[in-house]
Amino acid sequence: MLSGKNILETIRMIDDENLDVRTITMGISLLDCADSDIDVSCEKVYNKITRLAKDLVKVGEDIEREYGIPIINKRISVTPIAMLVAVSGGNPVKYALTLDRVAEELGVNFIGGYSALVQKGFSAGDRELIESIPEALSKTNHLCASVNVGSTKAGINMDAVKLMGQIMYDAADVTRDNNSMGAAKLVVFCNAPEDNPFMAGSFHGVGEPDCVINVGVSGPGVVRAALTKISKDAPMNELADVIKKTAFKITRMGQLVGTLASERLGVPFGIVDLSLAPTPAIGDSVAYILEEMGLDTCGAYGTTACLAMLNDAVKKGGVMASSSVGGLSGAFIPVSEDAGMIAATKSGVLCLEKLEAMTAVCSVGLDMVVLPKETTPEILAGIIADEAAIGMVNSKTTAVRAIVAFNKEVGEELEFGGLLGSGPVMAINQTNNSVMINRGGRIPAPLQALKN
Amino acid sequence: MRAVISVVGKNDIGILADVSGACANVSADVLEVTQTILQDMFTMFMLVEVSEGKSDLKSLQDELEALSKKRNLVIHAMHEDIFNAMHEI
Repeated sequence: MLSGKNILETIRMIDDENLDVRTITMGISLLDCADSDIDVSCEKVYNKITRLAKDLVKVGEDIEREYGIPIINKRISVTPIAMLVAVSGGNPVKYALTLDRVAEELGVNFIGGYSALVQKGFSAGDRELIESIPEALSKTNHLCASVNVGSTKAGINMDAVKLMGQIMYDAADVTRDNNSMGAAKLVVFCNAPEDNPFMAGSFHGVGEPDCVINVGVSGPGVVRAALTKISKDAPMNELADVIKKTAFKITRMGQLVGTLASERLGVPFGIVDLSLAPTPAIGDSVAYILEEMGLDTCGAYGTTACLAMLNDAVKKGGVMASSSVGGLSGAFIPVSEDAGMIAATKSGVLCLEKLEAMTAVCSVGLDMVVLPKETTPEILAGIIADEAAIGMVNSKTTAVRAIVAFNKEVGEELEFGGLLGSGPVMAINQTNNSVMINRGGRIPAPLQALKN
Repeated sequence: MRAVISVVGKNDIGILADVSGACANVSADVLEVTQTILQDMFTMFMLVEVSEGKSDLKSLQDELEALSKKRNLVIHAMHEDIFNAMHEI
């Protein structure tokens, strides 16, 4: 029989250290739903998603009960809707409303894929979809949008960067009376992964199968708890070893849940995204892990180094535990979703520039940062361009999910509620960059792209 | 399928009997038991067979939840595979 120590360790991780499977996300291709009549197209979308995902929530809940592991979210990602708009024409918001209705009826909390991939240029449907994002997000509750504006292979589409600065601004503006919630559901990517199960940036890539199950694990609390048992004079490599062992255990759980869900739903299993995804719950914080490594507050000099080691050790530990790893895989640093990040930002130790440096070594990018109302669309575009450049040159995913708080002052908090948490408005450098942003055009692909 | 039941709480007379009784009530077959008292804390792990058609995990979990409230114990009943997945390569 299993040892009592191991049984208690698993139970303690779940009960006391917030170990959970963060999401089971069903990816569904909608390419076969495209029709030249947008109403017919929407009906096909509705029917296909309903048919494939009707048992998703129930299967998730069954596994949760039988195995005792919380599965926090059941979600759906779909083919970038811009591709359907390319065929059907018409007002893309019709798709947004259809997707939102499906999500509501199936009981999933988010549906991702109101997306366009424009890293090298706009094709039919892309611009229409992007321009409809603020309206779509203001009229829906469950929909998430994302746009990929750059990649290591293609360079950065600066026309798209400029446009997304405006769209991100407008998404916050049209929902200003609802805590600018629209912008919290919009991500701008460089090197967007096509199998990411995490929102708001999840979409079902064109190279994916017709339907697939991807799983996102989590567990910052477990990693932190493991690190508390190590003495303060232990060398960094010992911490890395402990993180690897913990990540292995967390990922095995994700692999098991993914395999079970795929069997029960009769859908192929895609990947485990081995991420440390924080929540605002006490103890479920990536910042606390970094502080446990020996920093008084996240944001102190040394933070980037600690995060680099954490991100790498999570991958090394998780890779062996799963048959197929993908998505974003690493440590997330969303400010409003992490109690330690919120505290560090409020204390003034963690500023936007330090966060930007951290995004060069974390798994995604500037995430859930709340910016003051004087922030212009050009400044947002500048932030997006900088992040995209970090991603492009380092061959990694980077992203920006920034929210302009129109009704709050610097230092006040914008409340999103639930997993999205609450973020303090950060003072940022407001220097004019409009000439550069208005140039548009493209930043050519870097030398790293020429690998063939 | 096999499930692992873990019971932790202040030691008292008859805990093992009550947990075994709960298993019997839902026709779950007890395969192995490990039990110890650590500083007045009762700790027990039980491996049980929950076979389809005869018994089901949900009923067992419901029985044990009622017992955990009545006796003020922390009881979990989980599929064995979650522990195997996490602790065995």
